[in-house]
Amino acid sequence: MNHLTAIVGHIGGTVLLLGRTLKFIGTLPRQWARFIEQCYLIGYTSLPIVTILSFFIGSVLALQSGYSMENFGAKQFIGTLVGLTMARELGPVMVAILIAGRVGSAITAELASMKVYQEIDALTTMNIPPERMLVLPRLAAILVMMPVLAIIANLCGWYGGALICEYTHSISVDSESYFTALKDYMKPHDITDGLVKAEVFGFVIVLVCCYIGLNTRGGPREIGASVTKAVVSSLILILVLDYFVTKALLMT
Amino acid sequence: MSTPVSFTASPFVGKTFGITVSHLTKKFGRTTVLSDINLEIKPGEIFCIMGPSGSGKTVLLKHIAGLETATSGEVRIGDFDAADPATRNKVHLALVFQAGALFNSLSVYDNLALYPREHRECNEAGIRDRVMHALSILSLEKAAHKFPSDLSGGMKKRVAIARALVMEPQLLLYDEPTSELDPVMSATLTEIIATLREQTAVTSVVVTHDRDLAFAIADRMAFVMEGRIQGVGTRDDFKHPTDPVIANFLNPVIDLKNPRFKQLENSHE
Repeated sequence: MNHLTAIVGHIGGTVLLLGRTLKFIGTLPRQWARFIEQCYLIGYTSLPIVTILSFFIGSVLALQSGYSMENFGAKQFIGTLVGLTMARELGPVMVAILIAGRVGSAITAELASMKVYQEIDALTTMNIPPERMLVLPRLAAILVMMPVLAIIANLCGWYGGALICEYTHSISVDSESYFTALKDYMKPHDITDGLVKAEVFGFVIVLVCCYIGLNTRGGPREIGASVTKAVVSSLILILVLDYFVTKALLMT
Repeated sequence: MSTPVSFTASPFVGKTFGITVSHLTKKFGRTTVLSDINLEIKPGEIFCIMGPSGSGKTVLLKHIAGLETATSGEVRIGDFDAADPATRNKVHLALVFQAGALFNSLSVYDNLALYPREHRECNEAGIRDRVMHALSILSLEKAAHKFPSDLSGGMKKRVAIARALVMEPQLLLYDEPTSELDPVMSATLTEIIATLREQTAVTSVVVTHDRDLAFAIADRMAFVMEGRIQGVGTRDDFKHPTDPVIANFLNPVIDLKNPRFKQLENSHE
């Protein structure tokens, strides 16, 4: 029962944090420099790993599906399978998992350390709400950068798949056939649905990580504990939300 | 001999405030940290809160700063509730934290410039003047472009005080301002606290262990022991305390032939 109360308390606390942050949305133009800095940290510095990871996910997907689909004589649809899977599922989910591990952990560590070393208290006494200065620019930045990262992940995954299909002897599907199959069966909403998922995941990751960071109590040891808690919570939320958001998107 | 302090602080906007602490009790779980604290701090006075480590002095200061919520009782700054976030829009309050609480991602200059920038109090040239003036008071001009990680503990403390000065506060709270400072800088700081009050009539609350600091600047003092007020009085009252606990804290007897040490020596043999 105590565990359940704590979970409800955390959900309530996260919603309240969001409410307090949205109160300052009008100040976003004044936070331009911080917003750009966060876009750089969240987006630009994540690019290399997103690119490499997505390329290999697309490659493995093509390799595995090529091996299986050959038995059904459906090799010409590998492009469709890789394209749809990357756009609708693996692109946004893998980017979200990566952002949770890379960016979410950094956000929690930074805010938790600011809390433990009384920097948050200093902001409060200076009448500078931490939600305005620390949470708002990060939330705005993730909303801008997540779709960009998801699109890049999709493209890398598609080209990774194409490369494997072209140069793996047992598959031997040329790039032209691969991309024709990909284009023929993919609709614009397949891509936009994936981007919506990426937005939802990114928003939740940053909000949860900010909440956990700002509510850290104790000493340096608790900073580590908060980071672990934030990453684990984010991963669970990504996978749980994935089901519900996918279901909601399929119903529309 | 301390470095002479020569500065003219910017005049503070608005009036200074008194503080009323009424029946303040604070519990963390089952532990009572503050118990039925009652205090009256007059506008413009320097009030020192003394007491042994762990007696609840800093927690009391945090209640005055509005950083803690009381279990029962209340703290009022003038007519305003200290725990109400809206009070910070009405009272310029600055707290000098014991460890500085500087923003590690910002340079010393940007740490000081943050408040006027965020509150849009003046243009960048005006901010520069205010920041450099505060840095010069604390002899920190050369550290303007350093980061907090490059500073010693004492320098961090001085930067924290400079940051408080930039805020032009109406109520200035100090948590152990002279800890980690060498005697010369401690003396300078003592002069700064006194001069600031003299020139600007800012109400100052100083939590300290430093008897010399308290006796040099305090108009009145309180002694906190195990979460309770053990005594309140003027500086002169505390110079000749009648309470044996306060007397022992302010004038501890150093016994180099303490029998406890003899026992330790014996146990090592």
